[in-house]
Amino acid sequence: METSIKDKTRKLLDEQTNSGKHKRRKIKDLLAKYGIATGGLSVIAAVVLICFYLLWVVLPIFKPAQVELNQEFQWSQSEVKYLGVEEYGEIAFSLNKAGQMQFIDLQTQKVISEETLESDSAMTAYSAMDLKGLLAVGFADGSFKLVSQKYQITYPNDKRKINASLEFPFGEDAFELADSAIKHINGKRWEDGLLITAITEDNELVSKLYTVEESMFDDGFSLEEDNDDSFSPNFEVKYLLATEGPDWLYLVGENGQAGVYRWRNGWKQTEQTQLLEDDATVTEAVFLLGQTSLLIGDSTGSIHQWFPVREQNNDFILTKIRDFKLADNPIEKIITEARRKGFIAADAKGQIGIFYTTSERHLKTVNFAQSVAAIAINSRSNKLLAVGANGTTDLFDVENEHPEISWSALWNHVWYESYEEPSFTWQSSASTNDFESKFSLMPLSFGTLKAAFYAMLFAVPLAIFGAIFTAYFMSPKMRGMVKPTVEIMEALPTVILGFLAGLWLAPMVEENLMGILLILILLPILTVAFGYAWHNAPQSFKNRIPDGWQAALLIPVIIVGTMFAFWLGEPLEAVMFDGNMPAWLNSIGINYDQRNSLVVGIAMGFAVIPTIFSITEDAVFSVPKHLTNGSLALGASPWQTMMRVVLPTASPGIFSALMIGFGRAVGETMIVLMATGNTPIMDMNIFEGMRTLSANIAVEMPESELGSSHYRVLFLAAFVLFLFTFMFNTIAEVVRQRLRTKYGSL
Amino acid sequence: MSSNKKFFQGGQHWVWLNAGAISISIIMVVGLLLLIAVRGLSHFWPADVNTFLVQTEQGVELVMGEIHSHEEDIQDGREREQYLIKTGNRDQYGIDFRWLDLKDVSDTKIDENVVVLERREWGNLYGFIKTVTMDGQSVEPTAENLESIIERANGLHHEIRGIEAGDIGSINYDLEQLRLEQRRLELDNELTPEALADLDKQREELNQQFLSYQSGLQELYTQAKRDSAEFELVGGQTRTVNAEMMVRSFQPNAMGVFAKIGHYFSKLGEFIFDEPREANTEGGVFPAIFGTVLMVLLMSVVVTPLGVIAAVYMREYAKQGPLTRTIRIAVNNLAGVPSIVYGVFGLGFFVYFLGGSIDDLFYPEVKPAPMFGTPGLIWASLTLALLTLPVVIVSTEEGLARIPSAIREGSLALGATKFETLWKTVLPMASPAMMTGLILAVARAAGEVAPLMLVGVVKLAPTLPLDANAPFLHLERKFMHLGFHIYDVGFQSPNVEAARPLVYATALLLVLIIILLNIAAIKIRNNLREKYKSLEQ
Repeated sequence: METSIKDKTRKLLDEQTNSGKHKRRKIKDLLAKYGIATGGLSVIAAVVLICFYLLWVVLPIFKPAQVELNQEFQWSQSEVKYLGVEEYGEIAFSLNKAGQMQFIDLQTQKVISEETLESDSAMTAYSAMDLKGLLAVGFADGSFKLVSQKYQITYPNDKRKINASLEFPFGEDAFELADSAIKHINGKRWEDGLLITAITEDNELVSKLYTVEESMFDDGFSLEEDNDDSFSPNFEVKYLLATEGPDWLYLVGENGQAGVYRWRNGWKQTEQTQLLEDDATVTEAVFLLGQTSLLIGDSTGSIHQWFPVREQNNDFILTKIRDFKLADNPIEKIITEARRKGFIAADAKGQIGIFYTTSERHLKTVNFAQSVAAIAINSRSNKLLAVGANGTTDLFDVENEHPEISWSALWNHVWYESYEEPSFTWQSSASTNDFESKFSLMPLSFGTLKAAFYAMLFAVPLAIFGAIFTAYFMSPKMRGMVKPTVEIMEALPTVILGFLAGLWLAPMVEENLMGILLILILLPILTVAFGYAWHNAPQSFKNRIPDGWQAALLIPVIIVGTMFAFWLGEPLEAVMFDGNMPAWLNSIGINYDQRNSLVVGIAMGFAVIPTIFSITEDAVFSVPKHLTNGSLALGASPWQTMMRVVLPTASPGIFSALMIGFGRAVGETMIVLMATGNTPIMDMNIFEGMRTLSANIAVEMPESELGSSHYRVLFLAAFVLFLFTFMFNTIAEVVRQRLRTKYGSL
Repeated sequence: MSSNKKFFQGGQHWVWLNAGAISISIIMVVGLLLLIAVRGLSHFWPADVNTFLVQTEQGVELVMGEIHSHEEDIQDGREREQYLIKTGNRDQYGIDFRWLDLKDVSDTKIDENVVVLERREWGNLYGFIKTVTMDGQSVEPTAENLESIIERANGLHHEIRGIEAGDIGSINYDLEQLRLEQRRLELDNELTPEALADLDKQREELNQQFLSYQSGLQELYTQAKRDSAEFELVGGQTRTVNAEMMVRSFQPNAMGVFAKIGHYFSKLGEFIFDEPREANTEGGVFPAIFGTVLMVLLMSVVVTPLGVIAAVYMREYAKQGPLTRTIRIAVNNLAGVPSIVYGVFGLGFFVYFLGGSIDDLFYPEVKPAPMFGTPGLIWASLTLALLTLPVVIVSTEEGLARIPSAIREGSLALGATKFETLWKTVLPMASPAMMTGLILAVARAAGEVAPLMLVGVVKLAPTLPLDANAPFLHLERKFMHLGFHIYDVGFQSPNVEAARPLVYATALLLVLIIILLNIAAIKIRNNLREKYKSLEQ
């Protein structure tokens, strides 16, 4: 009988095996194993991808510029003085000493057109007047001409073609400026005006101001003389720089003397200063984009940035802001970028350096190996053209996408143009083209920490005290009701908290500021007083409520106490602060915003309390009972047991609760977005708002251009947040796991 | 004295302070929920319209409106009591609200004949019916007649909306598809004259249809504009309102309790099932509810299998070493990464990178306008799926860990393969845990706003992501969301004061959804714990 069952079973199994079912099951099992492993691993990989993707987007901002030689050829003109490249870097324009101008196709190196400035006398000076290619050319007879490069994109046969031509927007005739030869000329053209300033051979400064009038018949313009001025500077002027408006005029001498003038219907000197120390000499002086900063190149290979800084009495003082160093050779040429605050400097030995002012970056040095006669970069800043003294010409491809970001620009004090002192500022965009972007993450990080600090200030005592009571003193029945309530609290969407904070709490706090402050003092006193009264109440009365329900008893007490505080706050505010505490605070110099850190602290504290509460409660509750029982048996009171036995054991858990709570406060977006004014200021004042990293991302990300520096800096902000919270959470998690093993052994 | 000493020495005062902390927390939660509930629910109740006799410097003025809020403060050393009155009639006064100092109010009365008229533009009108014109004939100026012309106009309005959004909408959609089809053929160099003729023919047909609808619409519009009514405002001015612009009229002061309850539920129904009006400050939130639900559903479809597979791998298949432990910590931590970071990732990776690539590969014809390379429903769902992935993983893992190994061993001993054990015993037992994880994920996703602002939510979506045009579910469309609706209407709306009650109502709706989901999760979890308690021993 026994054998037959055994045989039967074996037979059945053999049948199954032979039918291939076993095999199929095995294959299925294997497939599942590898399928799940692949699936699981790829999900985990996808999650890790977040971190790397953020980094991948951020990294380009710290890369140095890439410069590659595109072509080398011989320039067809000799003694090139001025060089220009059109926006796309396909056509170059040059002007040589003889007044010959030509356009060259940079791909084929063929001359497209050639023209000579017609004049009876020799060309003696030239200057670029705007970013569109307008040139002022001065002559030996004291006259000047205005000539402009014009580029037009057409699409004959669906192919893009750039036509280059010369234009005389104000006519081909020369304008009279001075009686003697023009040595240096500088001009500026703005919407409805034009200013020409020149230094003549006998070191006299002459300037003429014109109004530009649009011609009614064609698209030309005419110049109407408006005002003029002339004077003799007290040193020999080598460089002159005037701003649009007209507003400022800077005269710079060889040894670093500088005269600063402002236009008040004529030039009025405001300052005389010295730009260089020791025996260095000025070898180049140009305006940075925006005509606020002066870039002074000297004979030691340094470039200095100066701009006028407003002093306390509203006077402007030309101040040195920062220095750049190319090499040890005299700087010969500096050109500036047309759309941002970068510049390119070339020295006598042919070193060409790419710099950026705000971020103080020296992005790249290229060795051109010979003295540079002229150098130009297109307005897109991706084609750099350099013509050497012997006519050797290099066209470089430049890849320099994010020069405005550097460690110092993000985290250090930066002295921005027209600021009175170095500062931490976040201002990513503005309406003007020559705007200096201010990408300091400091005010945002500060705001983030400030918001988190006030939130923790509010949340930590409530959450930890509450958790201690719930875990250790509360009756199990009440605990069963409190815990789900706190879980609901955790689940409340932050957009609702933010909305209530901004639209209900903020006005309420403003109205009852005194009452709110009174609560802080009144409630603890009231609680203890009630406890004391309860302690001394007759036993028969106390017996009606079992132990562990103190919290429920306190609920009406606290509600009444709060109402009492509000009721008391109003007359108190009337007596002490004239009925309006915020106004009083403003009058003593403490700024009061309606949506301030106090409101954020309360609202975000509300969001953080459940996180801290749950973990702390868990840690306190899981302290082994034999420890507390031992302590109580030895005569310690419950509170003493709590302080001496339970808390030390649970402290790592509480620590990790704090860490996780802090991490949550740091990353919270909607509450700060809605409950503060989102101004990026650095001030610990509890009555002022802030802008946090997360709120900043939410506000600015949708309008930042894909791939721009702004976009990448916002990614960096996200990455900082990611790292920050990840770090805090990891610490918390590790501590918690340690704790678990420790309890395991107890 | 000894009792005093015992109290403080034993640290009793600290215990009481601790009790106070938890009491404060409970009061805050309950108070907050009550605040939202009261404000949100009271919005639909028809408030009495008061007429105030106000003394001003120019003389006596009549002000009519609902009391919106009441405030007391101290101004120049004098206690001041003020009412914020919703006076409506924005077309007349320029604003909806006005402050009244109670000391200026000499008399208040409630006039039964006051009519509140909700309009499609300019907010509410408060006044008295002067004339009602029906089909060119002046009829008796009664509330019934007014209601009958409103009812007729509403019916027509509904019909017009149906044609505009439904029929004409789908014609426009088809026309757009034809344009894209032509562009695609052009790009592939397959635009033969025959194909072009075919496209033109289809286009012509659609245009014909369009014209026929158009003429029908014209007729409906003239029909809808037929009736009108004239109202007298409290200051004596008159306003004529075309029936087409009317939504609803009622006489709150003349209503009994039951009429008010009826009105209440009709307003509640409008709130839940209607589209928003007047820059989201009036009407309903249906598109936002719809968008939220659809987004959450899509997210669940993505997140559940991924989360479960990852959890099963980590718990059942991976070797339990330091590496797995590290991964576990990392996954746990991801739950704490700020949601806005996920939003940034979603925008960069999903929208610009994935979406841009999809456009380049499959939809070259839509250029230069992006199709998938712009924030939309699918990217929002994926971003939130990533955001809630740790929640599902952690919860499922917890469930798997709770299943005693004896059960697995028993199954294996009976000859089942590992996969069979997993599929037939372990996973079914862990299903409540997965459910809990999913519910928590849904609750979190429904309330999350910050990342959505970057990856697909808009304040007003012209069309729902689900409609009658193939392929019916338009994953690339932008959508509306309850949470974002709260932010947008509460903070970006031009008329915040008027919109506020609606924001409270929306907040209440969102809170209710989330609390219900959470309670469900808590219940499932507790049941689960009970169920396995016996197994664990």
